[in-house]
Amino acid sequence: MRNTIDERGGDTARQLEGGPRMPVNLNGVPAPLDDADPHTNALDWLRSRGLTGAKEGCAEGECGACSVLVRRPSGNRSTWTAINACLIPALSLDGQDVVTSEGLGTPDDLHPVQQEMAVRGGSQCGYCTPGFVCSMAAEYYREDRHADPAPAAGDDGEHGPNGFDLHALSGNLCRCTGYRPIRDAAYALDSPAADDEFAARQAEPTPPAVATRVTAAGAEFVRPQSLGEAVKLLGETPDAQLVAGATDWGVSVNLMRARAPRLIAIDRLAELRGLTVGDQVVTIGAALTLSEIERGLDGRIPLLAKLFPQFASRLIRNGATLGGNLGTGSPIGDSPPVLLALEAEVVLTGQNGERAVPLADYFTGYRQSVRAADEIITALRVPLPLAPHTAFHKIAKRRFDDISSVAVAFAIDIEDGVVSRAAIGLGGVAATPLRARTTEAALVGAPWTAETVQTAARTLAAEGTPMADHRASSDYRRAMLATSLPKFFAQFEQEETAR
Amino acid sequence: MSNLSQRPANPVVGQAIPHEAASLHVTGRALYTDDLVQRTRDVLHAWPVQSPHAHAHVTGLRLDDALATPGVVRVLTADDVPGVNDAGVKHDEPLFPTEAMYVGHAICWVLAETLEAARAGAAAVEVDYAPLPALVTVREAIAAGSFQGAQPTLERGDIEAGFDSATMVFSGEFEFKGQEHFYLETHCALALVDENQQIFVQSSTQHPSETQEIVAHVLGLASHEVTVQCLRMGGGFGGKEMQPHGLAAIAALGATLTGRPVRLRLNRTLDMTMTGKRHGFHSDWRVAFDDDNRLVALDTTITADGGWSLDLSEPVLARALCHIENSYYIPNVRVNGRIAKSNKTSQTAFRGFGGPQGMAVIEDILGRCAPLLGIDAAELRHRNLYQKDQETPYGQPVEQADRLHRAWGQLTESGDLERRRAEIAEFNRTHSDRKRALAITPVKFGISFNLTAFNQGGALVLIYKDGSVLINHGGTEMGQGLHTKMLQVAATALGVPLSTVRLAPTRTDKVPNTSATAASSGADLNGGAVKNACEQLRERLATVASQHFGVHPSDVRIEAGRVSAIGSNADPLAWTDLVQRAYFQRVQLSAAGYYRTEGLHWDSAAMRGCPFKYFAHGVAATEVEVDGFTGAYRTRRVDIVHDVGDSLSPLVDIGQIEGGFVQGAGWLTLEELVWDESDRPTRGRLQTQAASTYKLPSFSEMPPDFRVALLEQAEEEGAVYGSKAVGEPPLMLAFSVREALRQAAAEFGRPGTSVPLAMPATPEAVFWAIEAARTGAFGDDLLVGETTLPPQPPADAPHMHPESERLAADAGV
Ligand SMILES: Cc1cc2nc3c(=O)[nH]c(=O)nc-3n(C[C@H](O)[C@H](O)[C@H](O)COP(=O)(O)OP(=O)(O)OC[C@H]3O[C@@H](n4cnc5c(N)ncnc54)[C@H](O)[C@@H]3O)c2cc1C
Ligand code: FES
Ligand code: FES
Repeated sequence: MRNTIDERGGDTARQLEGGPRMPVNLNGVPAPLDDADPHTNALDWLRSRGLTGAKEGCAEGECGACSVLVRRPSGNRSTWTAINACLIPALSLDGQDVVTSEGLGTPDDLHPVQQEMAVRGGSQCGYCTPGFVCSMAAEYYREDRHADPAPAAGDDGEHGPNGFDLHALSGNLCRCTGYRPIRDAAYALDSPAADDEFAARQAEPTPPAVATRVTAAGAEFVRPQSLGEAVKLLGETPDAQLVAGATDWGVSVNLMRARAPRLIAIDRLAELRGLTVGDQVVTIGAALTLSEIERGLDGRIPLLAKLFPQFASRLIRNGATLGGNLGTGSPIGDSPPVLLALEAEVVLTGQNGERAVPLADYFTGYRQSVRAADEIITALRVPLPLAPHTAFHKIAKRRFDDISSVAVAFAIDIEDGVVSRAAIGLGGVAATPLRARTTEAALVGAPWTAETVQTAARTLAAEGTPMADHRASSDYRRAMLATSLPKFFAQFEQEETAR
Repeated sequence: MSNLSQRPANPVVGQAIPHEAASLHVTGRALYTDDLVQRTRDVLHAWPVQSPHAHAHVTGLRLDDALATPGVVRVLTADDVPGVNDAGVKHDEPLFPTEAMYVGHAICWVLAETLEAARAGAAAVEVDYAPLPALVTVREAIAAGSFQGAQPTLERGDIEAGFDSATMVFSGEFEFKGQEHFYLETHCALALVDENQQIFVQSSTQHPSETQEIVAHVLGLASHEVTVQCLRMGGGFGGKEMQPHGLAAIAALGATLTGRPVRLRLNRTLDMTMTGKRHGFHSDWRVAFDDDNRLVALDTTITADGGWSLDLSEPVLARALCHIENSYYIPNVRVNGRIAKSNKTSQTAFRGFGGPQGMAVIEDILGRCAPLLGIDAAELRHRNLYQKDQETPYGQPVEQADRLHRAWGQLTESGDLERRRAEIAEFNRTHSDRKRALAITPVKFGISFNLTAFNQGGALVLIYKDGSVLINHGGTEMGQGLHTKMLQVAATALGVPLSTVRLAPTRTDKVPNTSATAASSGADLNGGAVKNACEQLRERLATVASQHFGVHPSDVRIEAGRVSAIGSNADPLAWTDLVQRAYFQRVQLSAAGYYRTEGLHWDSAAMRGCPFKYFAHGVAATEVEVDGFTGAYRTRRVDIVHDVGDSLSPLVDIGQIEGGFVQGAGWLTLEELVWDESDRPTRGRLQTQAASTYKLPSFSEMPPDFRVALLEQAEEEGAVYGSKAVGEPPLMLAFSVREALRQAAAEFGRPGTSVPLAMPATPEAVFWAIEAARTGAFGDDLLVGETTLPPQPPADAPHMHPESERLAADAGV
């Protein structure tokens, strides 16, 4: 539930209530959060403190000019993680370590990333540069980045010989350079020096999440300590807003002036952050970020591995969660088609306890679902074994970081040349994500041949009711449904021949 | 070799050095206008009340609720304007309008203690509107006969005779979209009232002098009462040439009325919905080829979609006319131009300034006609390139046409085009679902403002007693590396190390009456002026040194801060010693520099003359791969050979070429301005008004294999240290991307398939192009073998008379 409250009063009526707030450890110096209210984003807060290195280019997570580094947990160590400061509430940083471009180095003592960017012409107007520097520094410090003088073929040049993954910069836009010098700067980076203070910090765990309750400017920000407390808080206030990565919520706050009386930060709730691979099922915590899931699964679910690089950008994936992706109920979310094809279940926890719902039954209408107002999505369950043949087709204008106009996920099993199992998830072609049931039925039991595919493709083209908008015409959307199965088939054939 | 172009020994120009502010950029220390707000006390924030209608009379304005909103200090309306209620030089842009002309038009502005409060206050302003019919598309405007400004015609030869002599003729229609600048830094102004009522405005502006002028006329002040400063911009691309003025004026008005500093920053949504963009164009055309596939005639009427006010549409149109033939010789030409008046943002300058739009027409024609002529598109283009000293349709000889041929040849070699074409053919033979293609396109772009008067620049160079040098010039820095080049020019001209020279922020109280930093002319004009000032100083210092060494001043050498003399055995002097001596001898250590581009003449009424100092040339080859299932594509490799003269700063120039290319590719393939053309209440609304819906090139659009070479032996006689302007021309090299996509789509059809391709060529557009190729339908907007006459202007069509030309005429110049 979103609620645009009367904004009159604004900052002038700010009242500082609630307990003391843990300061942020900002560039190594404690910085109090006293002047932030629940709807102040981290970027505005940083800038109000005179740290104007991080810039606002869009206020919606698209440009990365606001990128800063936060030290996030990684097992019992930690990792410098680049995030969009424009999206997250400043208050959600309480007690954490934050580094901005100003904290990485100074003009007289440039950080290695800054040095490479400067000498290689990585900045022209310089407005995007502090953000690029932070995103690049995060990848510089990634502990499993290893030099690979001959990156794998078919890699499209998206990894440097130093192991740098270009996708780390997929959420940063530059209007001036054309990117080549920025790539060259990234690929020229060495490993951090032995005495690098930032690298050393990654050996330490992050400070524990602190219970927080702040009321200011007519709204409340709460960081509950347990799932039970979160469910209770949600039940109490019908218009309360759960905030996980805030990659969706933050956009609404900035662009649509969305305001909620209560924000409940669930991003660090242990109950929502498990990842277990069992014999029967893989359970994925709803508040794990997509980056964490990607690392944690390490290719264990190939269809998800195909999804991640196409989902937003690294910056966004460092915040975005599956709970949030389902929580928005958007018909163009990218995880639902994939999770539908994986025949996943959604685990919901409310005041009346826990229940599991097949994702196929979860959505009931445009941005509507079976989730009760007091329920929190706690996990996703993916049943095993997985279908062996999968694909995720995302149709969008831009390859990196764009919203789908159509998304199709396939999970198919073929035994003795006959389709034995088929699950197809669709996004962007109806008011909700949906399973292409008629097409699945047409496939199962049929021989896996070009003829079958051709007939089934026509069936698939008739599923859903695609609309026209600024992203794509309805004709194109329908055409993309029609070509997705033949494309999948062609890829399948190619892989078989290669094998 | 001219004095202007000659380089001394071991010059600092030509060295590949990083951007002058790079270490500030990377550490977040570089300040932009909005960063200054934190350093200013008691700032008020401004927020507009925007029209929800594309066209409506404003019949009532009630401010009570807004003024009662906590934090709101004042609402600015037309009644508050002491001077002229207008934001432009054409006096057709009321600052506070009584008629809303587009969705997003600012009706009035709220000032408040916080941004939150200003927004809340703006929401509380009640405006009554009486909606009027709105023209949203260029076609609607054409149908309604809604035009503004001049309707020039550029003509050469005998058009009818050309068509009569032709072997093959075609005609068609082509409409293409504009482009949002999307400078990463949105518009921003911070105004305050200084000592003795001096108005001080910090503005993200490419044209401080004009910002100053408009602020002064809105406030009813003289120019000397207003100072405008621009530290740097986070990108401009033409979008900050005209558009900052009104915003700066609002901030300045607020500051004078409240006595407090006023910050006006457009957030991205405001910026995209309020400010002008690259013009979309419409063109009706017919073209004729001879039996050798040479162009013999082009007859076209092009209509720029100007939006609600004139802004820079006339000069943009003039440049489109002057670039319609790109690099191709066409003996018989008629181009009619006109500017549609529509209910959209007022479209404005954007890198290339009409040049890209003009070239789009001919490149589209060649791309579509080549298969129908049965000739390879690259061969068709090559065959029609200008030969040395052939004249453009407006009568300027293309003196360096050989450079086009040289660049083409160099690229063919270095790009290994022959081998790659064979590889591509093999790939296409063995792949039915994916196709590749390689296209090569040239650029010839005229350098100088079309309007002669703008081709002047000024500088002020100061040497302090300790030997340090401070330079001021009229140009602004927006990432193009102008300041870097100016430091190099000054260090070269004075003979000192780069570290001796520092650059002061661009301010109107240092150098007056400057031209916009635009038309790629920044380095030419300001470089000429800086060089001129430095040479005056150097000459004075040489005289001082000559006395010391007992030689003639012309025998004094100043190099890398060491002063010596030919034919003298005396120890060299240090630069600082020389400066000290000069000071004690009471020699003036500051100089004002000035430069005007010689040899230009232009009759804008007749559209004839030599408006350009020279042309910049370049050639690009792009290879793409297209997916037949979806229309999605990848740029595989780009090779460019570009003519920057003798580069002042190679790292900067290569950056401009690469950045311009990718920005051009964005316009041609990805970036899509979608306006609501329906009859819903949201008619006229920009639907792609955010970064999430208006997609800029990102890393995925960077050519993974990107090879840029500067044309060798390219010294330019008529420009500072032999260099050439570089800001705009490379953008147009990106036509090679669109043409490669067209050719790749054609590979899905039978050989000789002509393919219509929408612009921008998004994956969807490419998909439809593939579908068309598969069916062989080359588009019902193309007529083969017959022609239709493009609409001709009425006999009384208004001529081109740029405002300042009229002023010049009045002044008897
Ligand atoms: C630049 C950008 C690019 C994007 N690209 C993509 C993309 O490619 N594909 C795509 O699918 N999405 C994309 N998104 C949307 C967004 O990132 C995703 O929807 C993301 O998964 C949201 O997760 P979050 O944790 O940030 O959600 P939040 O913003 O924290 O929350 C979103 C909503 O879900 C609710 N919610 C959050 N967690 C839970 C929970 N556990 N239980 C119940 N409700 C919950 C919240 O109350 C809120 O209403 C993009 C967003 C941005 C800004
Ligand atoms: S400001 Fe653009 S991503 Fe945050
Ligand atoms: S350097 Fe200008 S946006 Fe990147």
